[in-house]
Amino acid sequence: MATELPKKEAVIVGMGWTGSIIAAELAKAGVEVVGLERGKERGLKDYYVVHDELRYAIRYDLMQDLSKETITFRHHLNERALPMRQMGSFLLGEGSGGSGVHWNGQTYRFLPYDFQIRTQTIEKYGEEKINQLNLQLQDWGITYDELEPYFYEFEKAAGISGEANPLGPERKNEYPNPPMKETPITAKFKQATENLGYHPFHVPSSNMSQTYENQYGATLSACQYCGYCERFGCEYGAKGDPTVAVIPFAKETGNFELRHFANVTEVIHEGGKATGVRYIDVKTKEEFIQPADIVILSGYVMTNTRLLLTSNLGSPYNPETGAGVIGKNYCYQLLPGVTGFFDEERFNTFMGAGALGASIDDFNGDNFDHADLDFIHGGNIACTQTGARPIASNNVPAGTRSWGSEFKELSINYYTRSISISAQGASMPVRENYLDLDPTYKDAYGLPLLRMTYNFTEQDRNLYHYIGERLDEIMLEMGASQISERSNLENYDIVPYQTTHNTGGVIMGDDPGTSAVNNYLQMWDAENVFVVGASAFAHNSGYNPTGTVGALAYRAVEGMLKYREEGGNLV
Amino acid sequence: MSRRRFIRNSGLVAGGLVGGGVIGGLIGANTRTGEQAVNPETGGAQTGKVINFQQAPLYFSNMERFAVLEAACERIFPEDQNGPGAISLGVPFFIDHQLAGAWGYNAKEYMQGPFYPGSEFQGYQTALLRHEVFDEGITAIEKYSSDHYEGAKFVELDDEQKDEVLSQFADGEVEMHGVTSTTFFRLLRAATLEGVYADPAYGGNKNMQGWRMKGFPGHQMSFLNQIESEQFIEIEPNSLRNYTDHH
Repeated sequence: MATELPKKEAVIVGMGWTGSIIAAELAKAGVEVVGLERGKERGLKDYYVVHDELRYAIRYDLMQDLSKETITFRHHLNERALPMRQMGSFLLGEGSGGSGVHWNGQTYRFLPYDFQIRTQTIEKYGEEKINQLNLQLQDWGITYDELEPYFYEFEKAAGISGEANPLGPERKNEYPNPPMKETPITAKFKQATENLGYHPFHVPSSNMSQTYENQYGATLSACQYCGYCERFGCEYGAKGDPTVAVIPFAKETGNFELRHFANVTEVIHEGGKATGVRYIDVKTKEEFIQPADIVILSGYVMTNTRLLLTSNLGSPYNPETGAGVIGKNYCYQLLPGVTGFFDEERFNTFMGAGALGASIDDFNGDNFDHADLDFIHGGNIACTQTGARPIASNNVPAGTRSWGSEFKELSINYYTRSISISAQGASMPVRENYLDLDPTYKDAYGLPLLRMTYNFTEQDRNLYHYIGERLDEIMLEMGASQISERSNLENYDIVPYQTTHNTGGVIMGDDPGTSAVNNYLQMWDAENVFVVGASAFAHNSGYNPTGTVGALAYRAVEGMLKYREEGGNLV
Repeated sequence: MSRRRFIRNSGLVAGGLVGGGVIGGLIGANTRTGEQAVNPETGGAQTGKVINFQQAPLYFSNMERFAVLEAACERIFPEDQNGPGAISLGVPFFIDHQLAGAWGYNAKEYMQGPFYPGSEFQGYQTALLRHEVFDEGITAIEKYSSDHYEGAKFVELDDEQKDEVLSQFADGEVEMHGVTSTTFFRLLRAATLEGVYADPAYGGNKNMQGWRMKGFPGHQMSFLNQIESEQFIEIEPNSLRNYTDHH
């Protein structure tokens, strides 16, 4: 029997970047809000011994406990999906701050092209371009210009250090902080790409280039370039991390309560409106109902999608017909990369920061002509110096066996004599790639796991191949003695780490027939439910997603406050 | 000299040294016998024989089987002109300790059935826990060696023969109970490299010699003043121990 708790004006599910921002902004506006986070509480003091590669980077100490919940995966409709039993391809966060605790901090704005991708592709190349590639391409129901101020709000909150991108969209403001330092590695990449006629710039970074105070009064320290960002919390408080940058402010308002170990299992609804959520205290297994006027889902892509499906809220997507919306347009990214081996030079590869790097957008979005290419979009190409750690960094030239004396010799030699560059290849939605509930496997509470049906497409393989060739050219221009062997993109594999840039499932748009939420991330089918995060992306771009996730969170808060005053569908 | 004083005198000061002497630091670290070049418990002045209490099995209870693990790790990361191998670095004990704990028992992995082999793209699908995978793997190595080398034990084979055996496992050519030999070999390889390069707190990477070989300085507070350097900088490594020297 669930215990019903006193009603709140708003309940937030998940306390990562988006949940934290929403908590802070609603509480600031006087809304009584409660945040429910299934993981544990954490903050600066909990990152004291983070310089431990095994514990954090290899054993995933800060990440989701898959024994409680995972996803299942298959390539296509006719295959049996099996559980992702251990973490691999992507790393799911858990605990206050979510993945915002252990992200690298590379923070871009998606391109104007992204938000109107269908319209602009048709205008320039004709509809047959989309049809030839079998893409399920949609505009997002909002433009870059409309989102511009919200991007800036997030960049201030996360303290982005950066410089103008010569090919980037128009910015009304400078970045809050100057770019990070130039290193021999970033300089080498910039020189090579300039030689080739491209337009390099420093990666926009949520590792602070100087001491910085954000709009919430949080002081973030200057980055020490210690090399422990991705998969680690920052013990200096030098990374934009919600537990440092946002949550303390939300608590200070007096209007925000944060409950940990609260695993939400259902959005309770009737007559097209939510009345609250049901959750389990994961320690005591007690069940509670938290009534609320507004329900905000701000979990990860998987969590948001699964919660709507298990709650029977919104119409589930059908991959046979393309009808329905919940679970639609799941996208990922393609990661072409090249490693250069430098026999004559040695680099301080072990120094670095998660978002220290240089990149180019010459092959991203529609910044290059696709008329004669068999794909659309592209990817940001970057050379980052995130801090090579010794367990995971064992670059050896092609043809070397992965163990034994030769491997030992070469992996030691090239640890400080190799540099990698890679692209974040954009991922375009197709009808067959989607998310639904698994018919067999359950979580620790007896609810169905989310099932991912996903494989790479022809569009993906063509993009990967084309960008891969550009990477090789750049690496040779950088002066590598030899470069790694390039392979073609074939089937998606759930095992090796690729990227935690999963998107879609609860996508935004301007049409209730083809999207789940409007441009305030308000559900078409339930006006007091807002579903926030990369789950709203109608496709995935060639960048890290967090900048756009943050912008959408600020946009959504505006919607919630408007809804609080006016009610009804906001669009 | 107090422990705290010792660390201040050696570890932290050494951490600030730039250039030369790092490879030289390997000399005098008698790694074969469990002696340590520097004994933090008694102070740097005493460099005599010291008992390393971490070098004891917590998982393995049969030393013949432990010897198979030792021999296999040593072939994956052998002692050579670059420096110590897996055994000298304490890797077998690192793996033993890992198997005895949460990792060995798949504490954070989804282990609910039903189990199916799955495609090669669906990852770990065995019902076996990691410690059971190692148990099966060692049994299979012994059996394969005996079957193919006239009843010989794996540890009796020469290096080339050991590599032949391990290659068969790596290539998935050996029949195992409930798990593929590729899955076992990948775990063994990964755990070996972890033992070479994880913080010495875990029982491997003895005296940080795995790090020294690679030029990795372990945990350093800051590279703010070095990140722009055009020169490669050799730095005496620090371990997690430096965080907690006040305890």
